[in-house]
Amino acid sequence: MPRTELTIKAREHKLSPQELSDVFLSHVYALPDGRKIDLCIQCGTCSGSCPTAYAMDYSPREIFAALRAGMLDRVLFSNTAWMCTSCYTCTVRCPQEIKITDIMYELKRLGIKYGYTSPSTRAAALARNFINITNRLGRNNESELMMRFYLAGRWGDAFRNAGRGMAMFFKGRLPMPFGGKKVAGLDEMRKIRETLERLEEKKVAKEAGH
Amino acid sequence: MELLYYPGCSVEYTAKMYDTSARAVCKKLGTELKELPDWNCCGATTYMSVHELVSHGNSARNLALARREGADEMVAVCPACYIVLYKTNEYFQTNPEFADMIRQGLQAAGLDYDGGLRIRHLIDVLVNTVGLDKVEKLVENPLNGLKVACYHGCMLTRPFGGFDSEERPVIMEQLIRSLGAEAVDYPLTAKCCGGMVTNTESTKTIPVVAGLIRAAKAAGADCIAVACPLCHMNLDFYQPEVNQYLGGDYTIPVVYFTQLMGLAMGLSQRELEIGLELVPANKVLGKYA
Repeated sequence: MPRTELTIKAREHKLSPQELSDVFLSHVYALPDGRKIDLCIQCGTCSGSCPTAYAMDYSPREIFAALRAGMLDRVLFSNTAWMCTSCYTCTVRCPQEIKITDIMYELKRLGIKYGYTSPSTRAAALARNFINITNRLGRNNESELMMRFYLAGRWGDAFRNAGRGMAMFFKGRLPMPFGGKKVAGLDEMRKIRETLERLEEKKVAKEAGH
Repeated sequence: MELLYYPGCSVEYTAKMYDTSARAVCKKLGTELKELPDWNCCGATTYMSVHELVSHGNSARNLALARREGADEMVAVCPACYIVLYKTNEYFQTNPEFADMIRQGLQAAGLDYDGGLRIRHLIDVLVNTVGLDKVEKLVENPLNGLKVACYHGCMLTRPFGGFDSEERPVIMEQLIRSLGAEAVDYPLTAKCCGGMVTNTESTKTIPVVAGLIRAAKAAGADCIAVACPLCHMNLDFYQPEVNQYLGGDYTIPVVYFTQLMGLAMGLSQRELEIGLELVPANKVLGKYA
């Protein structure tokens, strides 16, 4: 993304790149074992182990470097976190036992929260749809998830996958989209959600105060 | 024996043959899979991308429901469900601050959790609790001559290890050998298939999928056995793109390990829903049915 657009975004949220790095750190510190992030030795085992690093704008190792340099805004605008497949190879290999996959998730969340996702990161759109569906039904409806994703202008994918999608549908492997039975405990899920959203904010605020 | 079973969203539809064959195989082995009543989505890898604690909260509701059923163990077949539930449980048991927050969430909904559950994957239960001797005894129809690339994928053993190596798991190979089939040497067995990213950015992750399929072919495999709905989807659905990328015919059927178990135990292809995959497995498996 061009620098100008980046600056506009940062101004909208009234956060400098350094401030953004601080916000990110307080979120990471709030995670279980989050403080281990300070122990990174820049060895690159994570990047070397990552199955999709070749398709990332910045490799996992570079994220930790960017964080220290106060340049996290660039990482958030890149596709890096959204190319993470959550395979946990970096996590099990990190000699400093940093839970890198959990940190990738945090980058995704921060990007969504502050609108810092690059237009090329299509996975962010899918994630938002996933949340809407599971909050509404209690379970995921895979047809609806993919149809909402395609209908938002991914015509190439829709066209390429239509035949195989129909084959799956006729084999009984896809549900009817935009419907589906609801979990009886939806109200329980809503109460859990509301309570934990509140507690999460409190925890992050506490870490920021440290 | 009765086991509390968490099916997960994928096995309701996309991976229904996994659910069907898992239940059928367990029944043969004298183990009843009892579905957790009113289970909800574990959050997969996706809910976690937007809200961390809420995702754990949703996952924890299932743990609370399982305890209400009086269970000490709950088994999942989808590795993503398994690892998400396992992770919430692990953090709950080892991080008091986390546990306190989760309990506050559950209590607001009239539920509670005591941390007393053990989350397991079906393959761990089959090999380490039921036992391979019992599986071998039930083999009526050994899969002699069938060469299988056992693809464990990521989340069976990562990040917590649990029942096998994080780097080079072998549990599925042991199981497949007990059926009379040959487990070919498959070094990429725990390399990622691209996960959900393959569904959103397929053009970028086709090289990952292609590498897995090419390695299976190079090892001389007749089929790939998987334990994960998303591995199945990515390896089965995207073969036209893989062939195009590699510039040749690398077509190979992908089946669930439970389908192979059922076949060896004398169940019919229909009972195991072989045929619901996109790359037909009948040509390779038909002679064993």
